[in-house]
Amino acid sequence: MSGLRILVPVKRVIDYAVKPRVNKAGTAVETQGVKHSMNPFDELSIEEAVRLRERKKPVEDILAFSAGPAKSQDILRTAMAMGADRALHVVEEKAELEPLGVAKILKQVVEDEKRNLVILGKQSIDDDANQTGQMLAGLLNWPQATQASKVDVDGENVTVTREVDGGVETLKTKLPMVITTDLRLNEPRYASLPNIMKAKKKPLEKKKLEDYGVGAEKRLKTVKVAEPAPRQGGGKVEDVDGMIKKLKELGAL
Amino acid sequence: MVVLIRNSLLRHATTCLRQNAPTPLPRLPRNAAIKRLLSTLAILEQREGKLNVGSLASISAAQKLGGSIHGFVAGSNGKTVAEEAAKVEGLEKVIYVDNADYDKGLPENYAPLLVENIKKGGYTHVLAGHSAFGKNLMPRVSALLDVQQISDITDIEGEDTFVRPIYAGNAILTVKSEDSPKVVTVRGTAFPAAVVEGGKAAVEEGVDPKAECPTQWVSEDLAKSDRPDLATAEKVVSGGRGLKSKEEFDRVIPPLADALGAAIGASRAAVDSGFADNSLQVGQTGKNVAPQLYLCAGISGAIQHLAGMKDSKVIAAINKDADAPIFQVADVGLVGDLFEKVPELTEKLKSA
Repeated sequence: MSGLRILVPVKRVIDYAVKPRVNKAGTAVETQGVKHSMNPFDELSIEEAVRLRERKKPVEDILAFSAGPAKSQDILRTAMAMGADRALHVVEEKAELEPLGVAKILKQVVEDEKRNLVILGKQSIDDDANQTGQMLAGLLNWPQATQASKVDVDGENVTVTREVDGGVETLKTKLPMVITTDLRLNEPRYASLPNIMKAKKKPLEKKKLEDYGVGAEKRLKTVKVAEPAPRQGGGKVEDVDGMIKKLKELGAL
Repeated sequence: MVVLIRNSLLRHATTCLRQNAPTPLPRLPRNAAIKRLLSTLAILEQREGKLNVGSLASISAAQKLGGSIHGFVAGSNGKTVAEEAAKVEGLEKVIYVDNADYDKGLPENYAPLLVENIKKGGYTHVLAGHSAFGKNLMPRVSALLDVQQISDITDIEGEDTFVRPIYAGNAILTVKSEDSPKVVTVRGTAFPAAVVEGGKAAVEEGVDPKAECPTQWVSEDLAKSDRPDLATAEKVVSGGRGLKSKEEFDRVIPPLADALGAAIGASRAAVDSGFADNSLQVGQTGKNVAPQLYLCAGISGAIQHLAGMKDSKVIAAINKDADAPIFQVADVGLVGDLFEKVPELTEKLKSA
């Protein structure tokens, strides 16, 4: 069997610890001057790809991918510092790409780069869509295992445990396939300083949307973005009796 | 080629219209005209030959949309489940496919199955719950239909306009879709559960393309519980990092949940530390709940956790840190040691 040729798409998003603010015009979330990082689920994807290699699975190479503004390079470098061998960046400054568009680009990357395993995060924490991996699997007509909490590769056979409502289920399928990662899959490593330095020398190829025949226009038009209705805390009570009394007043007991 | 055909069809249609021009069309109000043309396919879940009542939110959402609603169910007891679903109020027809290959809802063959039935029915909208099943399946269906899915909607403003939370519920996005059909997943807690009685939908067999499935379902391990289901429970008692250990979690939280008849939830910190099972996690990456009462102990209230519970009717919090963010959203806050306060609360609720 030939080895695993892994593709790991990563996305640059507002850091998970930052509380996002809606802009004044109500058209988007303010991104200027806000700390950005790699989408947390994508860190899990890179980590899993690197661990496959460390578990002595025949990994030929790990290609990190991102589509977005020039700054997305930073997270591609992070991915390479964590262990990806090289990176591909589809540079697009203005357009916000939708999952279907990204899936179409990824399909072509898979074909161009002869990938046989794609590991994506289950969702990005900005649009919370949870679609790209499944869409890619559909476009490629490959098997999919979403929300993976355990991955075992044995030759062509892949066994994945996935998180479902109420517990976990285990699936068995064959390469090539698409996996999306869930929180319990692993604990991503920190990139060490020497690895960060080494990552600067790893190859990073740049392409454009046009190279993939994918347009920048959105299928979903934003009508507005609003702050959620604020929730007012009802204040504190002194003791347990106070809590029971208040809960009864509120009709919750 | 396609463009050519379309153009010639358009030309043909325009000519026909011109010839027919003197015949006035009946003037319906615009809304009514649109609603008449809407037709929704609501994807229903089944589990071991039983209808999953939690998946009925897509029907309530479809009712808000207007137009005719068909349900869809597939599995080894497809017909029986369809007959049960036919009792759901508001359904006009239930389409079923009787084939054990669809029992586990594997998207590799379920997606082509849905695509065939969607095309056959010419639906304008396809709705499913944003559950593990819906999340796994519907984007694959969308890609096969070349439409951009709209995930986890909490409201419907028009036949093409939907409301959904983004950034862990820190912003509310309203989007308009020009795709057809519109493929949408629905947040269960945002729509009332449809009632399984009074309906008299027709039951009809759907098409079965029998696509091959390269994936084999091996096993499952579901957390067993006699308590109400977390996602749909009226009351939820939730514990966080403040519980300190699994032993303490199991000692303190379940008795309170039992006293209230509540489901048990947990924060990500509690799940990651192994205090509680993954399936109990409430938050952006876990379950969304909106019970009448959400009572939490030892949870600080990080934004990712609030994303999953801030639509609860009443939030009560017990935490020893008076500055914890949870108190900014709690209707009732009690500052104190949960190891004292929770057992006291449990005792007083039991004796009440």
